[in-house]
Amino acid sequence: MTAVAALLGRGRRSALGALGTTAAAVIVAAVVLAVLGPALSPADPDASDFANAYAPPGPAHPLGFDGQGRDLLARLLTGARTSLLGPLWVVALSMTAGTVIAIVAAWRGGWLDSVVSAALDVVFAFPGVLLAMLVAAVFGPGLSAAVLALSVAYVPYIARLLRSAALAERRKPYVQALEVQGAGSVAICLRHLVPNLMPLIAAQATLFFGYAMVDLAIVSYFGLGVRPPAADWGVMVAGGQSGVLQGYPAESLLAGGCIVVLVVAFNVLGERLSDDSGQSGTSGPSRWWRPGRGGTA
Amino acid sequence: MAAYLMRRALMLAATLLVSSFVVFAGLSLAPGNPLATLSGGRSLPPESVAVLVQRYHLNEPFLVQYVTWLGNAVRGDLGVSIILRQDVSDLISSRSGTTIALILYAALIVLVGGVALGLLAALRPGIVDAIVVMSTALVVAVPPFVAAIVLIGVFAVRLRWLPALGNGTGLWEGMRHLTLPALALAAAATAAVARVTRTTVRQEMGREHVQTAISRGLPYPAVVRRHALRNAAVPISTLAGMTVASMIALAAVVERAFSLNGLGAYLVSAALSKDFAVVQGISLVLVTAFVLVNTLVDVGAALLDPRIKLGGRA
Amino acid sequence: MSNPFGNRTSDLLDISGLTVALPLGGRHRTVLSDVSLRVGAGEAVGLVGESGSGKSMTARSIVRLLPAGAHTEGSIRLGGADVAALRGPALRDLRRRVPMVFQDPRAHINPVRTIGDFLTEALRAHSRTPRRAGQERAVRMLEEVGVADGRRRLRQYPHELSGGLLQRVMIAAALLTEPHLLLADEPTTALDVTTQAEVMAILDELRRERGLAMLFITHDLELAAAVCDRTAVMYAGRVMEVRASDLLHQHPLHPYTAALTAARPCLDRRAERLVTTAGRPLSAFEAPDGCPFATRCAHVRQRCHDTRPGLRPLAGGQVACVRAEELHQERAVPHE
Repeated sequence: MTAVAALLGRGRRSALGALGTTAAAVIVAAVVLAVLGPALSPADPDASDFANAYAPPGPAHPLGFDGQGRDLLARLLTGARTSLLGPLWVVALSMTAGTVIAIVAAWRGGWLDSVVSAALDVVFAFPGVLLAMLVAAVFGPGLSAAVLALSVAYVPYIARLLRSAALAERRKPYVQALEVQGAGSVAICLRHLVPNLMPLIAAQATLFFGYAMVDLAIVSYFGLGVRPPAADWGVMVAGGQSGVLQGYPAESLLAGGCIVVLVVAFNVLGERLSDDSGQSGTSGPSRWWRPGRGGTA
Repeated sequence: MAAYLMRRALMLAATLLVSSFVVFAGLSLAPGNPLATLSGGRSLPPESVAVLVQRYHLNEPFLVQYVTWLGNAVRGDLGVSIILRQDVSDLISSRSGTTIALILYAALIVLVGGVALGLLAALRPGIVDAIVVMSTALVVAVPPFVAAIVLIGVFAVRLRWLPALGNGTGLWEGMRHLTLPALALAAAATAAVARVTRTTVRQEMGREHVQTAISRGLPYPAVVRRHALRNAAVPISTLAGMTVASMIALAAVVERAFSLNGLGAYLVSAALSKDFAVVQGISLVLVTAFVLVNTLVDVGAALLDPRIKLGGRA
Repeated sequence: MSNPFGNRTSDLLDISGLTVALPLGGRHRTVLSDVSLRVGAGEAVGLVGESGSGKSMTARSIVRLLPAGAHTEGSIRLGGADVAALRGPALRDLRRRVPMVFQDPRAHINPVRTIGDFLTEALRAHSRTPRRAGQERAVRMLEEVGVADGRRRLRQYPHELSGGLLQRVMIAAALLTEPHLLLADEPTTALDVTTQAEVMAILDELRRERGLAMLFITHDLELAAAVCDRTAVMYAGRVMEVRASDLLHQHPLHPYTAALTAARPCLDRRAERLVTTAGRPLSAFEAPDGCPFATRCAHVRQRCHDTRPGLRPLAGGQVACVRAEELHQERAVPHE
């Protein structure tokens, strides 16, 4: 939970503004619901009764049923867990790898930095969703394969961004002072560099959480990620599509709505945090795809 | 200029080489033997196995296999679909038209709609601006499959204005069938371009050189067009180009949602049915297109801004 | 009433009682207060003051180049026409006739358009001059401002030219539209010293040749004295003193003008240390009720705090100081 903890910690200390606070509240609420999901669930999310197919909301089932007669609220609540856990893994893996690569490259500099930068430029070229499809084709559909593929695809973006920030930090006088005093490289990096980059890392983690959520939902929508009948928002959007054509859009719209609300929340919070972290270059208009290009920075 | 283009061409070649390697290496990373992966776990008659072993040089070292595969790919030979028993190249070329038309249509919407909305918001502070800012903040977070659901639900099912599924024949019907998919694909990107246009045009309108232009008595539309918009063109076209590139991968989503017979949808069904030669072939084509578009965007941005020195870049 | 401002009867520019308030930090703050100034045809008037004294804002008011939401009172007449009443094409025509040369040409010329575009766009927008003809004129004008090889220059971009060249381009652009009045807003401040002199000489020469009126904004009293017929000194959004340049420079009436003169290092006068004026310059909205300079003035009396002095005629010009006559008498008898 490092990324979430980091951004919540920042949230308390810095002035997020009304919008940022709302976004943080939405995210916290979603996390609480995801954790408590099964306990709050009014019905078994997998119990299907075709007599109830597309049945409208009632007192015991506030959101009604899907095309297979499963309780929609139960499925949304259960789906929240996979829909949040997947992106969490992606962010944790890619941020860790990206940060390590960035700091090592920035710290060692020289040929290592040149090689890493060139490699990142080249690897930059693979869209995450495409890599996930390729991996799914090789290893078979599944959430872990998709998580791994997206993590790998995100690393270059994160590493490039953090590398320039780490480089700027490394050139600051206090780091040089520490070096002169004979402090060890690892100690300086862990005790000073990483904490000073933390606001930026938290901001990026938040933004990338939103991206990962969309990308994982896309992969699940294809049927290459989370497998039906497991409840997941991406799976639900896909599963509800035949309902949309028959005039019962509830399942797709509810699941899609949950994704959109959370992505907006992560975008807003991420932008606020990156404004705070002083990296004006990373703020600006939100986008949910990665700037997939090599070349001119 | 020549040196810059040379550099970009070299980078492009390196990127393509690495991407193709990633696409190919998947085969050997797969659990079990490559033969099983290629056949998608199906049991094949011995003569088919022999064909596969010969085609992919399976009894030769890995690098030889890669080089042979790449050599064939460059010559347009992408192997044979295990399921359809057809040339992958033929399968790709018969489906790429839909995808290309879809992406071009969406790109047009992104550019025209995004720039128009952004300009409107930048030049009309107050209620118009507020509406554009708020609606784009929402739409920018709507992934294409959600946009697709909403568009189908509203325009195809409720209003019955446009067809929900399928390709349609003829130019007019084809356009009608592509309109909702293109909108779904373009929605978030249009919002993003509108936001960048608004921010950069507003920034430029506040710059000193725009003050100069106004002080010289140029008509307002000329000031906006020749100075604010022209100077904002670099970030706008960079973002627009990036979003168009991202559509190459995302087209699969709307093709699935609208049952379009395009490359992306075919890639997904091939991945689901483990038709590995097809997955490799389409991945290679899509990555190549993605890298090419990104390079073009970069070069275009460099050409648009005379301050970027084309000779050497740090 | 006789005309105390000068001996010209045909005033090209007549600013009277100009008060401007800008929205700053959520409320309107006065940046110009009761500014009155006249410029005759062919006359060069200097506008001298420290940063924030309102000199640029005065110039911008003339061509209505104020930030959005600015409140303006008083009147500005140009060739008899009320500037505030102009709309659309008439306003653009005014702006073409009253071009502005800005301080920082690097920021004020669009970096992504060629020099040729910059020079000819106003011509093409206004008089629909054909492209070729516009370029011919631009090349000739570049020659006049001392930029050789004009044809090549037209194809270049601003970042390929030095600051001095770029400022000459800006001057050429201003002169191309056949102006009546030139607004020069510290045209040489951003340039290095040797270039400053060259650019100033060109500007002065071309202005005189054409009999062009000029409002010359600078913080350098001596420079104003060298190029301008008359000089107005501004402080905290107000005009403190207006007189013939040499008189004002050599025998300042207002204590603030005197302080400005004294603050300038001088080669022919050995000084133990440079004279400085205590305190910092004020903006109009920070100024106290009485004389805005009272808080820093060496000759301050109680009445300076009580009443705000208006411009009064004295010694061939105008001055806004309650003790002006007194001090004028004192200075006549040297006493240092």
